[in-house]
Amino acid sequence: MIQTPSRPDVDSLPTPPEVPTHSPEMPLAIDDLTVAYHNKPVLWDIDLDIPEGKLVGIVGPNGAGKSTLMKACLDLVPKASGRVMVYGKPYKRQRSLVGYVPQRESVDWDYPISALDVVTMGTYGRIGLFRPVRKLHRDTAMNALEHVGIGHLAKRQISQLSGGQQQRVFLARALAQDARLYFMDEPFAAVDASTERAIIDLLHELKDQGKTCLVVHHDLSTVAQYFDWVVLLNMRVVKAGPTEDVFTRENLHATYGGRLALLEEAGQALRDAGR
Amino acid sequence: MAMRPLLAITVLGLSSVLSAAEGGFFHFPDASELWEVLTLRNYNTRLVVGSTSLLGLASGVIGSFLLLRKRSLMGDTLSHACLPGICIMYLVMTGLGGSGKSLPGLLFGATVTGLLGVWLVMLIRNTTRMKDDSAMGIILSVFYGFGVVLLSVIKGLPDSSAAGLESYIYGKVGSMVLQDFFLIASVTGVVLVASCFLLKEFTLLCFDDAYAGILGWNTHVLDLVLLALVTAVTVIGLQAVGLILIIAFLITPAAAARFWTDDLRIMLFLAGAIGGFSGWFGSSISALTPRLSAGALIVLMAALVFLFSMFFGKTRGVVVRLRSQRRLHRKVGRQHLLRALYELLEEQAGDRFGEFPSNAPVRISSLQAKRSWTPGRLRRLIRQAQKEDHLERSGGETVQLSEPGFGEAARTTRNHRLWETYLITHADVAPQHVDRDADRVEHVLGPELVRQLEEKLARDGKPLVSLPSPHLITPGGAGI
Repeated sequence: MIQTPSRPDVDSLPTPPEVPTHSPEMPLAIDDLTVAYHNKPVLWDIDLDIPEGKLVGIVGPNGAGKSTLMKACLDLVPKASGRVMVYGKPYKRQRSLVGYVPQRESVDWDYPISALDVVTMGTYGRIGLFRPVRKLHRDTAMNALEHVGIGHLAKRQISQLSGGQQQRVFLARALAQDARLYFMDEPFAAVDASTERAIIDLLHELKDQGKTCLVVHHDLSTVAQYFDWVVLLNMRVVKAGPTEDVFTRENLHATYGGRLALLEEAGQALRDAGR
Repeated sequence: MAMRPLLAITVLGLSSVLSAAEGGFFHFPDASELWEVLTLRNYNTRLVVGSTSLLGLASGVIGSFLLLRKRSLMGDTLSHACLPGICIMYLVMTGLGGSGKSLPGLLFGATVTGLLGVWLVMLIRNTTRMKDDSAMGIILSVFYGFGVVLLSVIKGLPDSSAAGLESYIYGKVGSMVLQDFFLIASVTGVVLVASCFLLKEFTLLCFDDAYAGILGWNTHVLDLVLLALVTAVTVIGLQAVGLILIIAFLITPAAAARFWTDDLRIMLFLAGAIGGFSGWFGSSISALTPRLSAGALIVLMAALVFLFSMFFGKTRGVVVRLRSQRRLHRKVGRQHLLRALYELLEEQAGDRFGEFPSNAPVRISSLQAKRSWTPGRLRRLIRQAQKEDHLERSGGETVQLSEPGFGEAARTTRNHRLWETYLITHADVAPQHVDRDADRVEHVLGPELVRQLEEKLARDGKPLVSLPSPHLITPGGAGI
C-alpha cells in the first residue's frame, strides 16, 4: 500500500486511486493490526474503518482485546504488525487530534494534586515541553470541569472524589485536549446513574460537533441505546458497522460464542433492545 | 507508604551512630563551642554545614519525584551499585600510577556501576516475568557484595592507602574540601532549575505516564532525566552521607512532607526544607560531637521529622485521623442516645401518627433496655449530652431532653427514618436488616443529601411530617 506523501497541500488533493479503502477524512483507519504479548497474539489482523461523527461502541467478552486495541492505536503497546491512520496520516503525526480517557484504575488517585490540575494536563500537549502553565490553560481546564458538572470540586484533592467524579475528571481532561477523535476505555464502569447520564449527554454533544468517539463498553443492554456504530471484537473483528445492522443475535453468538452465561445475557440484551 | 524500609533505615542510622560512638563517651559541648558551630565561625564547619544543607535541599526535591514515581527502591539499588565502581576506579587509577583517591575519578566509577545496576534491573524486568522488587533485591545485594569483596582485596594490597574508601559506605564529612562544596552546590543548582522547568512534565510522568505518551512526550527520556538527576544527587551524597544511608535522605524528607499537604508544589517545597534542615542540624550536632557520624545524624534528623510528621501532619497525620474518627464516634453515640430517648417518648405518647410526642422525663433503666449499651457507656453518653445542653437530669434515675436537645433528637430520628425508608423502597434492603445499615450511614448524611432523600420519598407519597419507623422498633434491637 502506498503512503500518501506528507506535503501540506495533500489534503486538498483528491484521494489517489491506489488507496481504495480509506478516504483521508476517515478519523480512524486500521490496517492489518496484530498485537502479541509474550508471543501470544491477542489481536489478529484487525482491519477497521471508523466514519466521522459516530459514537462507536467496542463490544466483546473479557480478554477480547478491547483495551489492547485502543492502546495499540495509541502506541501504548507495541504492534507486531499493521498501521494506524488518523485522518489520513499516521497516528504519530496526528497526536493533537486524538484524546484519550484511560480506565479509572490505571492511575494512583492518592496523588498530591487537585482535580483542576489533572484536567489542566489535557492542555500540556499544546503548552509544549519546558513551558509553564498559564492562566489561559487553567481557564480552559476550568471550563471543561464545569462542562462535566463538577466545577465546584476543582480545588479538591483527587482521592476525595467519588468514583463517578473521578471518571468525570478524566473526561474533562480529554475535553480540555480539544481533540477530534476520542478513545474512551470503559468510561461507564462503576459510575453512578447521574454520571452515566452526564457521559451520554457529553457523547452526544461531541457527536453534534462532528467529533468521533470510540468507547469500550461492557453493558450489552445499553449498546443499542447509546451507540450508532458497533465494533464486535473477539481477538479479531467479528463485525463492524451501524448498530442496527451489526448488533444482531447471530453476530453476538459469533462474538461471545461458547460462553453460555454471556450468551444468555446477550439474548436478554437483544430482547430488552426490542429486537 | 514505605514504612518498613524507613524503619530499617532508622535502625541502620542508629547503629552506625553507635558504632561511631563506641570507644569513647559523648563529649558534651560547652557554650562557646555551641556558639562557634551555630554561627558557623569555623571554616570547616561552614563548609560541611553548607554542603549537607544544600545536599538535603536537592535530595528532598528530587526524592519527592522518586517517591511519587514509586521508584524509592530504585534509588537504593543505584546507591549500593556504586560501591564496585568506586573500588574498580581506585584500582585502575593506582594501577596507572596516579593517586587512587582522586574524587572525580571515584565518582565517575560510582556513576557507571550505579547506572549499570539500574539498567540491569530494567533488563530483568522487561525480559523476564520477575517482579521489580525481586530484581532490585538481587542486583542491590550482588553489586554491594562485589564491592565489599573488592574493598577487602584493596585492603590486602601492599602500601595501600585505601583506608578512606570505606568512608563512602557510611559517609564522612570531615574530609570535605571547598571543591566538594562547589560540586554539591552546582548539582543542587541543576536539580532545582531542572525541577522548575520540568515541573509539569515530572508531575504528569509520575501521575499517568501513559497519558504523557499520548501527548507525544517521550516518557523514556523523561524517566532518564529523572534518573540522571537522582544519580547526580546520590553520587555527590556518597561522600557526606554514605551509600547505605543516601536513600533515606532521598525518601524520608519527601515522605514526611506528604503528611502535611495534598499539593505537589507545596510538597516539593516542604521536602526541600526538611532535607535542608536535617542536613544543617545533623551536621551541626556532628561538629559538636566529632565522634558521631554526620551522615547517620543527618538521616536520624530526617527520621525524627518524619516521625513527627507521621503523627502530627496536618492533612494525613495519625493524630488528625484519629481525632476525626473520635469525633465521628462521639457524634454517633450522641445521636443514638437522642434517638433512643425520642423513640421512648413516642412509645409513651402512644400511636398518634403525624404528631410530635411531648417532652417528658424518661427513666434511665428504660433507656438502658433500648440499646445494647453497657451501663458505663450510657453514663458517659448522658454526661456528654448534659455538657452539650441536650439533656437535663431530673432526679436520680430519670433524664429529660432540653429544648435544643428535643429538636436535635427529632431531627436525628427523622434522618434515620428517611434513610431507612430509602433503603427499603429504593435499595431493596429487607426491613429486618435496614436498621443496622441505616445506623452506619445516617450520621454522615449532609443537608444536601437529606434534601434529596426528602424529594425522592415525597415523590413516592411517603408522609414526611413526623416519619414513623418503617419497621417494628424492638428494644435493644440495634447495637453499635
